[in-house]
Amino acid sequence: MLSIDGLNSFYGKIQALWDVSLHVGEAEIVALIGANGAGKTTLLKSITGVVAPRSGEITFLDRRIEKLKSHAIVELGISHIPEGRKLFAQMSVLENLEMGAYCRRVWSQRSDTLEEVFQLLPVLRGRQAQIAGTLSGGEQQMVAMGRGLMSKPKLCLIDEPSSGLAPIVVEDVFQMIRKLRSQGISIFLIEQNVAQTLEIADRGYVIENGRILLEGRSEELMRNERIRKAYLGL
Amino acid sequence: MVLLEGEKVTKFFGGLAAVTRVDFSVEPGEVIGLIGPNGAGKTTLFNLISATFPPTSGIIRLKGQKTSHLKPHQLCRRGVSRTFQNVKVFANVSALENVVLGAYFGTSGQVASGQAYDEASGLLDFVGLSDVKDTPAKDLTLSSQKRLEVARALATKPDLLLLDEIMVGLTPVEVSGAMDLIRSIRDRGVTVVMIEHIMKAIMNLCGRIIVLHHGVKIAEGTPKEIASSETVMKVYLGDRAHAVY
Amino acid sequence: MSRQISNTHKIVVPIILILVLALLAAAPLFAPRYTIILMISIFMYVIITVSWTMFSGPTGYVSLASAAFFGAGVYTSALFGLKLPLPVIVPLGGLAGFVLALLVGALTLRLKGAYFVMFTFGLVELLLNFLLWWEINITGTTGRVVPPVSNSAVYYTMLGIFVAVVGSSYLINRSRYGLAMRCIGEYEEAAAHTGINVALYKIITFALSAFFMGAAGAIMATRWTYIDPHIAFNPLISFLPVLMAIFGGIGHLVGPIIGATIFTYLEEVLITKFPYYYMLIFGIIMLLAITYLPEGVVGLFQNLYKRLTGEKNGAA
Repeated sequence: MLSIDGLNSFYGKIQALWDVSLHVGEAEIVALIGANGAGKTTLLKSITGVVAPRSGEITFLDRRIEKLKSHAIVELGISHIPEGRKLFAQMSVLENLEMGAYCRRVWSQRSDTLEEVFQLLPVLRGRQAQIAGTLSGGEQQMVAMGRGLMSKPKLCLIDEPSSGLAPIVVEDVFQMIRKLRSQGISIFLIEQNVAQTLEIADRGYVIENGRILLEGRSEELMRNERIRKAYLGL
Repeated sequence: MVLLEGEKVTKFFGGLAAVTRVDFSVEPGEVIGLIGPNGAGKTTLFNLISATFPPTSGIIRLKGQKTSHLKPHQLCRRGVSRTFQNVKVFANVSALENVVLGAYFGTSGQVASGQAYDEASGLLDFVGLSDVKDTPAKDLTLSSQKRLEVARALATKPDLLLLDEIMVGLTPVEVSGAMDLIRSIRDRGVTVVMIEHIMKAIMNLCGRIIVLHHGVKIAEGTPKEIASSETVMKVYLGDRAHAVY
Repeated sequence: MSRQISNTHKIVVPIILILVLALLAAAPLFAPRYTIILMISIFMYVIITVSWTMFSGPTGYVSLASAAFFGAGVYTSALFGLKLPLPVIVPLGGLAGFVLALLVGALTLRLKGAYFVMFTFGLVELLLNFLLWWEINITGTTGRVVPPVSNSAVYYTMLGIFVAVVGSSYLINRSRYGLAMRCIGEYEEAAAHTGINVALYKIITFALSAFFMGAAGAIMATRWTYIDPHIAFNPLISFLPVLMAIFGGIGHLVGPIIGATIFTYLEEVLITKFPYYYMLIFGIIMLLAITYLPEGVVGLFQNLYKRLTGEKNGAA
């Protein structure tokens, strides 16, 4: 579904990604694990067109996308649920969700899509009119996910969904992500909560200093000595 | 003598009760955890303690003296320092200068510039940022910026340090590093109150934990008591609290 | 901003400064009258721009009150010019600006962003109309006369104020107070929690910058000799320093000086050569400068310098 080959990206003048290659298949959850500053967010930004890579190829559903603008990438079916939620805080939950369906491909069907999102995230139905900024962290994460789903994506890039959330809410968030996979959506997941992430992911990549260090099925990664020491603290 | 105490501290924003009749007391040398779901009032409580704004009612005392009439910079000079949930480092200023600012202005006496720069360098070493001391703060990674905020707060020589979610986004190994840092801070004689969602840190570092929910204190106790409290599990921890990573 | 100053730099720069200062001081002795008058104009704008940058640069609060403080100085001259000698009038004008800024600052420095800008702009109009009303209804005068003063006297006074404002700016920038002001500009809340008395620092710096503007106003009044509120409070004097500072480059002390000098000189040249079109040409130059030189003239030179030396350092 998504395939990245030899990507080199810069953050200003500093090289953040070195020859990164990875792929995400249909209906699978792929985790990206790495320390702060390792390049995870730069990688997501390169996929979504916010950062233009210096060299390398990104292919999505057989189309080359590394040179496309962000809105074109959304039209093709990639959705980005950013770190820290980044909701339109002054707007209502409903307005936030509708904004998710802004691209041409899905705009006319938005009422139907909205209904699907409410089925998946029942909490939001009751809070439609509420101003997004007044919701709790967990609820905001739900709105962010809902907004990401409104563009009917085939691939969701989810950046640190558990960050800053209470443990009890984190469980719900991960349940949500499992549900998305069962609907046929592919997920590329960045998380610091490595243990819970590897539990739900099919495969994972480990990135360090902008380079992919390891890859494998999540069971293998969980058994890997280096991962256990460096990321699971065991 | 009790370092910090609050009696029936309440804060209203318009009609919204952010914090309702919360009592607390902190002894010197403690490490206290402040936990609760988002929107529970934790950061508001920090804002009240650090005099960002005064309480609507209730009293807060630092070393026996009321603080509600003080401005933040005055409270800082009396020994209360903090970090911010949304990191507020001075972006276009170097890491060293960020910390030097605290050394210059955060204490009640006048500090000569040589001494201030020495202290600042020392603190950057202490938090592990010596190799980026001339880097503008905006070019640092998020976790480095959080460490920088800690160094800047320490430069003001606080008796009480308020840490607001400094471990957000850290890998388990980075969390351990941050935990060591907090232990070193405690060993230097600084009392710490920390807001965190990362249970490993809270359970292992804190002698006492206060739990807020919808602005009200719903529980207070040792980590063991809190981890086994049904109320807290229902509202905040969920079932996986024991499977702490 | 950290600057690496090599040792030769430390010797060469002060020598150049002393030479330039000596040249400026000696100018009235050999330069033609026209040049001296032009220099006076340039000094005026440099002083106002550097003063403006002293406060608005680090804090990011765009003040459009410069005309009010300058005008306060002008009006001080108008009121007392016949009664008090010049060496008293100039500091008195500065004091008028200073006190006015203290009052205004205490009221408005809580306002954020756009509100502050609008309020400071409104202040100029307020003072203008208030004094008009006062003049017409209370004192029954229509304009006042200020005794003229020789060109040299004006020139040397302006030179003195210029040295004072640039010297103060330099000292402040290098000191902990300059650092504090820059940090206030970044995050006021964090600065307050780090022990800085934010309100006090903002007001004092604001008032200090107004002092120099007022002093300049007091001496410039003697050039115009006839003063009424419209002449004293000219809104253009509020807008031009902003443009000049941006044009020259706000980040560096030299920026406002260069910006104001080029600007004023350019205006002179354009007025004499294209008296009908100069505003248009000026506007176009401004647009180009702001579009292509976002860091101002100083930024341009810094970038060139970096490109020339960057290769040697091999910085990524």
